[in-house]
Amino acid sequence: MVRGPLLPRGAGSILRGMIVELGHFALVLAFVVAIVQTVVPMIGAQKNWRGWMAAAEPAANAQFLFLAFSFAALTYAFVTSDFSLRLVVENSHTLKPMLYKVTGVWGNHEGSMLLWVLILALFGAGASWFGGGLPERLKARVLSVQAAIGVAFLAFILFTSNPFLRVAVPPFDGQDLNPLLQDPGLAFHPPFLYLGYVGLSMSFSFAVAALIEGRVDAAWGRWVRPWTLAAWLFLTIGIALGSWWAYYELGWGGFWFWDPVENASFMPWLIAAALLHSAIVVEKREALKSWTILLAILAFGFSLIGTFIVRSGVLTSVHAFANDPDRGVFILIILGIFMGGALTLYAARAGAMEAKGVFGMLSRESALVANNVLLAVAAFVVFIGTVWPLVAELAFDRKLSVGAPFFNAAFTPFMVVLAMILPIGAMMPWKRARMGRVMKPLWGVLALSVALGALVWAVQTGRSALAPVGAILAAWLVLGAAVDVWSRTGRGGLASKAGRLARLPRADWGKAVAHSGLGITLFGIAAMTAWQVEDIRVAQVGAPFEVAGYEVTLEGVERVQGPNYISTMAEMTLARNGREVARLYPEKRDYPVARMPTTEAAIDNGVLRDLYVVIGDAQDAGGWAVRIYIKPFANWIWAGAIIMALGGVLSLSDRRYRVAAGARKQAVRDGVPAE
Amino acid sequence: MKRLILILCLLAGPVLAVQPDEILDDPALEARARELSQGLRCLVCRNENIDESNADLARDLRLLVRERLVAGDTNDEVIAYVTDRYGEYVLLQPNARGANLILWGAGPAMLVLAMVLAGFYVRRRRRAEAPADDLSEAEKARLDEILKS
Repeated sequence: MVRGPLLPRGAGSILRGMIVELGHFALVLAFVVAIVQTVVPMIGAQKNWRGWMAAAEPAANAQFLFLAFSFAALTYAFVTSDFSLRLVVENSHTLKPMLYKVTGVWGNHEGSMLLWVLILALFGAGASWFGGGLPERLKARVLSVQAAIGVAFLAFILFTSNPFLRVAVPPFDGQDLNPLLQDPGLAFHPPFLYLGYVGLSMSFSFAVAALIEGRVDAAWGRWVRPWTLAAWLFLTIGIALGSWWAYYELGWGGFWFWDPVENASFMPWLIAAALLHSAIVVEKREALKSWTILLAILAFGFSLIGTFIVRSGVLTSVHAFANDPDRGVFILIILGIFMGGALTLYAARAGAMEAKGVFGMLSRESALVANNVLLAVAAFVVFIGTVWPLVAELAFDRKLSVGAPFFNAAFTPFMVVLAMILPIGAMMPWKRARMGRVMKPLWGVLALSVALGALVWAVQTGRSALAPVGAILAAWLVLGAAVDVWSRTGRGGLASKAGRLARLPRADWGKAVAHSGLGITLFGIAAMTAWQVEDIRVAQVGAPFEVAGYEVTLEGVERVQGPNYISTMAEMTLARNGREVARLYPEKRDYPVARMPTTEAAIDNGVLRDLYVVIGDAQDAGGWAVRIYIKPFANWIWAGAIIMALGGVLSLSDRRYRVAAGARKQAVRDGVPAE
Repeated sequence: MKRLILILCLLAGPVLAVQPDEILDDPALEARARELSQGLRCLVCRNENIDESNADLARDLRLLVRERLVAGDTNDEVIAYVTDRYGEYVLLQPNARGANLILWGAGPAMLVLAMVLAGFYVRRRRRAEAPADDLSEAEKARLDEILKS
């Protein structure tokens, strides 16, 4: 480590150096606190020493505060462009807009790992803030396990990825941030993704604590569910943001690439979705206990695998990994210790988790088992596809690729089947269902959905079955959710129905909203994939041409100087029936400092369609290469994801969880706002 | 074909995925070219197919695919031609030969296994007697008390 040059350059510079050094020191303190928080409460819980158990909460708060300070210090270094820090030199620049100076803090390996542990500590502290209703022994163990993860990752940061390393001679200016990352969609994508990834550590800690305790009951299901729900909804938003960014930034409107890095976030999402559903069975029916514990362990396991994939670069290039294996091997060791430890504990203790609930072949329970089978196997398929190139190279000496065509073929059927059984399963009663009764209110929905599919099939002539199938499934999910809610209102007049509807638990609303969101996303994906129109051509300035009913004109092209880039900006108009619909300004940008060109597509967003235009190179024979896309229902993909997350929020706000988590009691006692 | 090679030679500077000058006059052939391109990997990119890639090498491959199609190759022949030269690394959809059978079979095999295990579990749950002593002695006494009062 190179010591900072604390030259007498005025009080400001000394203060600046102090803050950064204090941030570094706080990081080390957080590491020490995390060690104490791992050891002391765990021993306390084993020996039943209350004082030792009570150390967990203040330690969790202290760890969070130290990390928050450390993160703030690093942010300060970025904001003030302190080029004595190597990280700031490599990832910032004085000319960069302030927003991206701040987001640049986590736009790199070291800073993003600091954000990772900050969020980990935030969840740990959250368990102490909202965990008033938890038995003290379980709480001590949960916080201890949470801190153990913190110890591992703080060691990782301090020994392999320290963000506070100095340079001997500070340069005058930095080396910029990757211009692709200078974008609001991507800037806020990592924090949400990490809130999701790392939030699953809470479910893991609860699972391990329960295994040590040897006891899983309905109350455990109720405690673990809100944390999983929170993690899942953040992961949903994070994935949607990433996908939306890819859509408008990469220049041709793809929204999902089955890239290893995307899969790394998608696998925990699938497992978390399965966990959410199985935890309901634990909570309501005291069944599926050991499976739920296993899912909680696996969900965080996939988060760690995701961190490993992204941070080691092993799947993008085996050789990049071999050249600089320190970080990858470190995370692999962490993964091995936590998964190995948890699964060993699981093997030893899971047998003792006796199920209580009895249920029939047709029941809400078995429908949720089917949900879990489909989601877990789908996650497994994504996992196999993601690691297969590595396995094939190491074990069979075959260099091969596994890309979108494989995943589309191997993964999609699971989602289709899931969507087919979802509304039926959602309406099944617990314990024992009768198919005739469950289907009675759904026949109409099914008929309507199929009719809609047939209509879509008739309207679109001679194209694939993708869109009709998407329409059927979407209508089936959305209308099915509506019927589910309506069926809860029972008999009686409109007033009594409305009253019942208003009193329906928020969790039930959350369920209906989230399931409808899934339907909307599925429809968006199917419709956009099936109906997209693409036009690639050389356009002459001022000469209109027609694309799928739109009259497109390239009005002009000019060069524009941006804050830290030079842009070639085109002006294009799209008219329909002689009326202008949109005037768009697609750009090609060149970032001189990073020496990187980017394309900035211009999009006219609409509910029913997006108009998406891209400007290419000037042609030697005159004119410009342009691409015009008409993307029907594109926004439904992300709208559906946001609706899913909204369903999660609704469910999270259910009174039952607030009461269960003891948040209210805590609020009264400490005077801290509960939400 | 000569025109294509000429374009290939004239190529310089950054380009953007499929260029207007690459598009074949025959729409049917062009549609096949696009479909094939989406299954071929850009060798210098990260998980991008040649249809979307901006790299020069991807352009070369796109032109090669079109050249073969114009020469009258079937889709399979084009794929075989490209794979012979660049190896199976270029295929985004791995073939189902040899060890790759594990990849393709893993999902269905896991599904069957999971369904069998779930089936056994549900059967056991269905047969299981509702536990008679749900309540502990103390709880029973308390219940009696409540019922009596």
